[in-house]
Amino acid sequence: MYYRAKKIIFLVILHTLLLSVALSCVGPLFWMINASFKTEGEFRQDHGLKVASSLNWKNYKKAITEGKLGFYFLNSVFYTFVTVSLIVIVSSLAAFAFSRLNFPGKNIIFFMFLTAMMIPLPAGFVPVYILLNKLHLVNRTGYIMAMSNMGLSLSIYLLKTFFDQLPRDLEDAAKIDGCNKLQIWWNVGLPLVAPALAVVIIFNSLTVWNEFVLASLMFTDNSMMPLQVGLMDFYNQNIIQHTLLMASLAIAAVPIIMLYLRMQKQIIKGITAGAMVG
Amino acid sequence: MNEYTLKDKSVNFAFILPAFLIFAIFYLYPFFYSFILSFQRGDGIYLSKFIGLANFKEVILYDKAWWKSMYNAGFITFWALTFQNILAFTLALGVDKAIKTGKIYRVVFFILPVLSEIIIGLLMRELLISNPGILNQWLEKINLGFIAQDWLGKNSVLLTTALVHCWKGFGWAFIIFLAGLQTVPEQLYEASKIDGANPWQTFCNITLPLLMPVVSLVIVLTLLGTMQAFAMILALTRGAGGLTEVPVMRIYNHLRGSQVGLACAEGIVLGAMLVAVSFGMFNVSKWIRSRWGVLPR
Repeated sequence: MYYRAKKIIFLVILHTLLLSVALSCVGPLFWMINASFKTEGEFRQDHGLKVASSLNWKNYKKAITEGKLGFYFLNSVFYTFVTVSLIVIVSSLAAFAFSRLNFPGKNIIFFMFLTAMMIPLPAGFVPVYILLNKLHLVNRTGYIMAMSNMGLSLSIYLLKTFFDQLPRDLEDAAKIDGCNKLQIWWNVGLPLVAPALAVVIIFNSLTVWNEFVLASLMFTDNSMMPLQVGLMDFYNQNIIQHTLLMASLAIAAVPIIMLYLRMQKQIIKGITAGAMVG
Repeated sequence: MNEYTLKDKSVNFAFILPAFLIFAIFYLYPFFYSFILSFQRGDGIYLSKFIGLANFKEVILYDKAWWKSMYNAGFITFWALTFQNILAFTLALGVDKAIKTGKIYRVVFFILPVLSEIIIGLLMRELLISNPGILNQWLEKINLGFIAQDWLGKNSVLLTTALVHCWKGFGWAFIIFLAGLQTVPEQLYEASKIDGANPWQTFCNITLPLLMPVVSLVIVLTLLGTMQAFAMILALTRGAGGLTEVPVMRIYNHLRGSQVGLACAEGIVLGAMLVAVSFGMFNVSKWIRSRWGVLPR
């Protein structure tokens, strides 16, 4: 009896803790969405604490059209898609070579990639920015190329460990069938490391999508800004229109949350794998 | 197939060439270039003048604002290491053992780390800023009005920043801890139960030692991540006139202000300190692992 009472008390405390922390996570997000449907006048009265009476999309319309948030969003989609595709191709080619092929300087180059993962460069964006300036690459191409370096080492390492585990028989069979190395990489290697590719894609997509520092330095022109920089810009211009700002934040956050809820298993797996490697 | 010709070599090398080029241009070159820049004054693009070690002297010896920013980052890191990670660890233990609804919590806790630092920073700014003071009104509604204060005001802004940082980051630590906890074999728990160990003894003798690698990993990653935190703090406080200025924010502002040499010198100082600390942590965790008799990962 005593033991059971103790257990119940323990469970109550545990659940209270978990629930309150969970509430603190989603509460502000619900508040944000709720407030975004209000007019500025309503907001000044209840501060977004009462549930919005109707779905008023005016703030969203204004944020997307006048605030160009839709445009920034598409920019971000473009940067993320191109950068991640580039990373996937380049890193899987390199990982395949590190795992399967022989060439001079193989070990030392791989060692360099590994070391790069471990040395933090807090000011790494400074020389990169100067370099891009000197190369006249302060534009989309330059940004994509600089960003594709950010996740490169980690992706190569992750994919190489996967390639290492593959049996060589399949490749030998492909070789006998007349595949060259590039065809083996594409037809045999890539399909077999698909789980690792998913991790690479998810990890890098989040990094590129959420990147702020380099983008904010490079894109002073509104037409090239990705979403994070655009949000900051929009905030600074509409600092007193709270409900409009909430709509802009919701536009940025809700699609990501939906995507996350749909793919949470893979995303969580991807992030954990990425962290464990690092 | 066994002859390894020059053609083979070059074909094989072509596989890593794109990766190597990107790496060389955007990592290796900037890495060495930042050392060169740190000896110069100017904007780095049009004018630069060699001034020797003056930048480093300035940063290390004279620049009080730099060390203040290091202190700020250290303060936030302290909260992240203690409050955030202990909370995350507790939650992970709870979800791992006692709960059937653990999956939902796992999903909910990880929403915040997925969102960008800018979104989190701006959203919390809206909640915390004194006019209209949303959080304070919530607190009054649930009879906690005495906690209410000017969250982004002079006295509490640094603590607020640290707490928001923890709020955003705990889900990430939680997920890693949980992944670690789930690798602990169930038999060990059963064995300790049969041996008559109480939960506390089980925790101290099985869970904690087996989790030491994960714990040290989280500590190092928290340290590196928090000392280099920037975007969330910029969105939340704009530096609050130096009160929440962090090192990377200074580097960023110096670059914008065309003091590239200074920015690079600061980056090198911070980077070297981080390398030293994480290297030290690595050795400590190695020592702990051998001391506790746990095999390395």
